[in-house]
Amino acid sequence: MSFRLQAQELTCERDDRCLFRDLDIEVGSGDLVRIEGPNGSGKTTLLKILSGQLDDYRGSLSWCGQDLRSVRGTFLANLLYLGHTSGVNAGLTALENLAWYQALSGDIGDTAGRMAALASVGLAGFEDVLVAQLSAGQQRRVALARLELTPRPLWILDEPFTAIDKEGVAALEHRLVSHVSQGGSVLMTTHHEMPSLGQVRSIRLGEMRWQ
Amino acid sequence: MSHVGPLTLREPRGGLGVAVVATLRRDMTLKLRRRSEVMNPLVFFALVITLFPLGVAPESKLLSTIAPGLLWVAALLATLLSLDSLFRVDFDDGSLEQMMLSHQPLAMLVLPKVAAHWLLTGLPLALMAPLLGVLLSLPAGSYGVLSLSLALGSASLSLVGAIGAALTVGVSRGGVLLSLLVLPLYIPVLIFGTGAIQAAIAGSGVAPHLAMLGAMLAAALMLAPWAIAASLRISLNG
Repeated sequence: MSFRLQAQELTCERDDRCLFRDLDIEVGSGDLVRIEGPNGSGKTTLLKILSGQLDDYRGSLSWCGQDLRSVRGTFLANLLYLGHTSGVNAGLTALENLAWYQALSGDIGDTAGRMAALASVGLAGFEDVLVAQLSAGQQRRVALARLELTPRPLWILDEPFTAIDKEGVAALEHRLVSHVSQGGSVLMTTHHEMPSLGQVRSIRLGEMRWQ
Repeated sequence: MSHVGPLTLREPRGGLGVAVVATLRRDMTLKLRRRSEVMNPLVFFALVITLFPLGVAPESKLLSTIAPGLLWVAALLATLLSLDSLFRVDFDDGSLEQMMLSHQPLAMLVLPKVAAHWLLTGLPLALMAPLLGVLLSLPAGSYGVLSLSLALGSASLSLVGAIGAALTVGVSRGGVLLSLLVLPLYIPVLIFGTGAIQAAIAGSGVAPHLAMLGAMLAAALMLAPWAIAASLRISLNG
């Protein structure tokens, strides 16, 4: 399996402020890329552009050598994006949330698989509890269970460590490394130090303003 | 650690049916868990209709003249009340963003959401209307047409209203804006809806009015999903 998400000469301006200019990014199989920068430097905007959600940029984006807009369906089928908001509905149980996400990607799935995914993020025993009654960290873990449930090669994660406890962070780091070693790739933002992750490429945003 | 199969590049293979059914089931479950939200428009409808004879005059002749219009206007406003929350929760918790990142066409995913709205707002209003018709001494023989016209019409109202809800979902208090956007588009439905009941009372042909309502529903079914999807894109990423 080989794939490549490529951005060339990416430039984005917001409210007359240049967030980044002529950025070249390439994410391929086995890459772990971290986007750094102070608050407001455009990390989330960059991730949204790279996941095909925002259109107000200059430059070109391609997936496996083809223009991203023309292969959007294929790209989205291989992408798992977790944003600032967890995408977990508080009025449903953890299992129901996961079942819906599985169905969105076209799988019916089975309860056993969803239970296993929840157990792997430390939510065994909370499967049938309404998400509204879970803690912030646990709600975040429900979203993270999707990493286990739907095998997608490219993960784009916006601050995945938010609200997660120490053990959870260690487990997630371990999961990121194993995903990369299986040939997947991860593109993420975090303020968290990640010494245990080994080979991490960093892209720094937010330095243009002082030039 | 992982129980899933090896990583492979995936083709965006179908599964649209699965996604649509799951979305319908999800939205029905959510709405049925928040009973008060389902009950709100129904209570509003019942209150308006019960208060009206007290405010005007309990003369059955007068009431039966204004009954078709009154029932329809009250049902229309009740629908309008319930629209604002259609996409609000999904917008706030990020589910909407995830729906857009699915490889399924967004227009087909919003359709079950609108269907759930109609099943738990429009349809109950249509079923409840004959009971309230009795209060307004609506002439016998027009009750079936009342329900049918409301069922057909409210489906169009849900579809058209969802466009407005999608456009205003990013606005923190979009309720007023939503009403202003959507009301002009509701007027044709209102005219033919009340027209059907008046025709039934007068004993003339009901079919043309109901056919018009059906035609409007067909047009809304065809066009509204695309408009809703486009509006959601504007609201989220515009």
